[in-house]
Amino acid sequence: MSRGPSLQLDDTGRLRHFLTIDGLNRELLTEILDTAEGFAGVSERTVKKVPLCRGKIVANLFFENSTRTRTTFELAGKRLSADVLNLNITASSTSKGETLLDTLRNLEAMHVDMFVVRHAVSGAAHFIARHAAPGVGVINAGDGRHAHPTQAMLDMFTIRRHKGEFTGLRVAIVGDILHSRVARSQILALNTLGVSEVRVIAPRTLLPVEARSLGVHIYHDMDEGIRDVDVVIMLRLQKERMQGAMLPSEHEYYRLFGLTEARLAAADSEAIVMHPGPINRGVEMASEVADGSRSVILQQVSYGIAVRMAVISIIIGTQNQQGQDNKG
Amino acid sequence: MNNTNKISILQGRLIDPANGVDTVTDIHIENGKVAAIGEAPADFQAATIIDGNDKVVCPGIIDLCANLREPGAEYKATIASETAAAAHSGITTLCCPPDTLPVIDTPAIAGQIKHKARKAGYCRVLPLGAQTQGLKGEKLSEMAALKGAGCIAISNNYAPLANTLVQRRTLEYAATFNLLTIIRSNDRHLSDQGCAHEGKVADRLGLPVIPEAAETVAVARDLALGQTTGAAIHFHTLSSASAAHTLAWARREKRRVTADVAIHQLHLTEMDIEGFDSNTHVLPPLRSTGDRDGLRQAVAENIISAICSDHQPHEADAKAAPFPATEPGISGLDTLLPLTIKLVHEGVMDLNSAIARLTIGPAEILGLPLGRLQVGATADICIFDPDTYWTVVPDQLTSQGKNTPFGGWELPGIVTHTLLEGRIVYQRD
Repeated sequence: MSRGPSLQLDDTGRLRHFLTIDGLNRELLTEILDTAEGFAGVSERTVKKVPLCRGKIVANLFFENSTRTRTTFELAGKRLSADVLNLNITASSTSKGETLLDTLRNLEAMHVDMFVVRHAVSGAAHFIARHAAPGVGVINAGDGRHAHPTQAMLDMFTIRRHKGEFTGLRVAIVGDILHSRVARSQILALNTLGVSEVRVIAPRTLLPVEARSLGVHIYHDMDEGIRDVDVVIMLRLQKERMQGAMLPSEHEYYRLFGLTEARLAAADSEAIVMHPGPINRGVEMASEVADGSRSVILQQVSYGIAVRMAVISIIIGTQNQQGQDNKG
Repeated sequence: MNNTNKISILQGRLIDPANGVDTVTDIHIENGKVAAIGEAPADFQAATIIDGNDKVVCPGIIDLCANLREPGAEYKATIASETAAAAHSGITTLCCPPDTLPVIDTPAIAGQIKHKARKAGYCRVLPLGAQTQGLKGEKLSEMAALKGAGCIAISNNYAPLANTLVQRRTLEYAATFNLLTIIRSNDRHLSDQGCAHEGKVADRLGLPVIPEAAETVAVARDLALGQTTGAAIHFHTLSSASAAHTLAWARREKRRVTADVAIHQLHLTEMDIEGFDSNTHVLPPLRSTGDRDGLRQAVAENIISAICSDHQPHEADAKAAPFPATEPGISGLDTLLPLTIKLVHEGVMDLNSAIARLTIGPAEILGLPLGRLQVGATADICIFDPDTYWTVVPDQLTSQGKNTPFGGWELPGIVTHTLLEGRIVYQRD
C-alpha cells in the first residue's frame, strides 16, 4: 500500500499529486513558494492569464461545500488557461447512489487531466489518487480532518512574504486543532520549512491526545502561548463544537482563546495575524483585530490563487515531462 | 468428499493440548469418533489411510467468530462458501454472530442457518443468538427458545448495549438458562463515529478516533455487572493491553469471565493503516505496538484463552472508498491457522499453546466436549504441514471475501486434511 509521499511523487521525486505535506521535503515546498512568487503578479496584469495549461482540463470535484477554496482553484486554473469544470457532487451523483469510484471513472472518460478534490472524509484524496488513471493529477482541496495542503502553502507564502525567512520564527496556531485539516498541514509545513517553534493553543477538548507527536508545543493559556510569537494563526471554530460537549459556550471560548488587541500586545510587535476564513467575529477574534493593521487575512485569499496556480502548473509540468519521457 | 467410515492417520505428530499429548503416533477413526491412538483396535481395517509424516495432527479448529453473511448479505458470502473455506483452513466448528438479516433473534433463523450448514456439510456452525430483539438494545430476546434452537451463546455483537440496566437484565436472564453472554466491549459514546485507534497515526491522518477507553470502560462495566448477576461473560475480540490487564485481574479473582482476541490484532498495529489502507479498517481498531505486545503476552499466558478469525468477508465495493467510509473487517478464515503458527515462529509461544488457543481454549469457553482427541472423542481433526510457507494472494483466498491486509505475506502452515466427525471434508490436492 502506497503511503502519501510515494503516492505523491514520481520516481524522480517530482510532484505527481498534491495530497498532503507529509513526506514532502523543504526543497519541494520552497519550489512551490518560488513558483507562486512568479505567479503573484499575474493578477495585477491587464490580461490575467498565462498559457501554461492551455488544452488541459481541470475538474473541481467538490463533495463538500466551499466557496473560497473552489473559487480560488477555479481562478487559478483559468489563469493558467486550463478548461475548468466545476462539479458540485453533493447535489448530483452521490445522491443518486453512485460510488466515488463510479464518479471518478465517468469523469476520466471525459479525459480530465487533473482533479481538485474536496471531501468530508479523511483519505478521500488519497483514495482518488490511487484509483485515478496514470497521468491524471489529484490535488487535495481538503479531506475530512486530514489535510488541506494548498491552504497551508498559501499560509506559508503569506508568512514568507511578511517575514522573509522561516528560521527563527515562532508561530502560534489557536483553536480547534483536533478537527482541523488546515492545522495539520500547517504544522507539517512550518516544521519542514524550519521555523524554530510551532505552538498550539487550545483547550484539551480541541487537541488530539498525541498532539505533541505532531511536532508542537502545547499551551492551554492564550496569554502565555501568544507571548513573543511572530505569527498568530487563528482557526475557524465550528458551531457544532458547542453542541458536542467540547466547549461550554462561545462566550467562554472567546474570553479564554479569542484574539483581542489587548492579547495581541503580548506577541512580537511585528507579529502578523492570519485566519483561513470565514471568520466568526467575536468568537475567534475581535473585529478590530480582523480588520486591524496586523491582519493579513485578505492577502491570504489573494495569495491563494498564486499558490494554487503554482501547484497546478508543477503537476501539469510533471505530466508533460512524463509524456516526453515516454516518447523518448 | 470422502465418506469412509474407518480412517487411519499414520505417523503424524499428534498435538492434543487438552490431554497434554505431543507425540508421533497413529490415530484410528471409526463412526465419527476416535477409536484408538497408537495401535489399531483388533480387526480394524481402514478404508482410508492418511500419511501423517512431517505433519501435525490436532483437534479441529474452533473459531469463535466467523460472519457467514447468510441470510441477508449473500452478495458478500454464503454459508456454503464460508464453511467450505473453513474446512479448507482446518476449522471444524465456528460460531456465527447474530447480526444477519434478519437478525438471529428467533429459533426459525437459527434453525435455518444450522440446516444450511448441515446441508453444505463442511463445518459445524453454532449460531449466536441475539441478546436483544433485533439487536436494538431494548427488549430481551427469547433466550430460552434460542438456546433450544441450537444457539450456543448470546451476543449483541457490534451493537453493545448502551443502556446499563438493559445490559444487567440480559445478563441476569441469560444466567437463568446458563447461557454464555459474548460481548464486544465498546462504549458507543466514547467510540462516537470513530474508525481508528486514538493515537499518533490517527492524529496525523486526521481520522476520527476510537479511544482505548471505549473498550476498557465497557469491560470494567460488564465485569461489575457480571459480578452482580453471576452471569458467565466472554469478552470478544479484545484489542487493548489495558483490557487484558483487567481481565488478568478478574481471572485471579475467579470471576466467570473469559476472552478471545482476533488473530490480526496479534500481528498488525495502528501503523498498518498508513496510506489509508481500507483493508486494515477493523473494529475494534488496530491499536498501538504496546497493545499488540500486551495482547500477545495475555495469549501466551492463557489469560486470553482463544484466538479467533473475526472473519468478515466483504465484496470489493465495501472496501473501495476512503478509509472511514469503508466497511470494517478482514476476511480471516484462510489466515487464522498460519498467522497463529507465525506467532510460534516469532517466539510468542510454543506450538502446543498456539494449538490450544484454537482448540481446547474456545471449546472450554463454549462448554463443548470438542477440541480434544482422546479415544471416544468426536473425530474433528485438522492435519497441517507446519513448515511449508505460502504467500497470501487475496484473490486466491478460498473465502468469498478477498479483503485481507496480509496480501504478499509469507505465512507458515498449510492444511492438508480436515475431518469433521470422522469424514474428510477437505483434502489438499
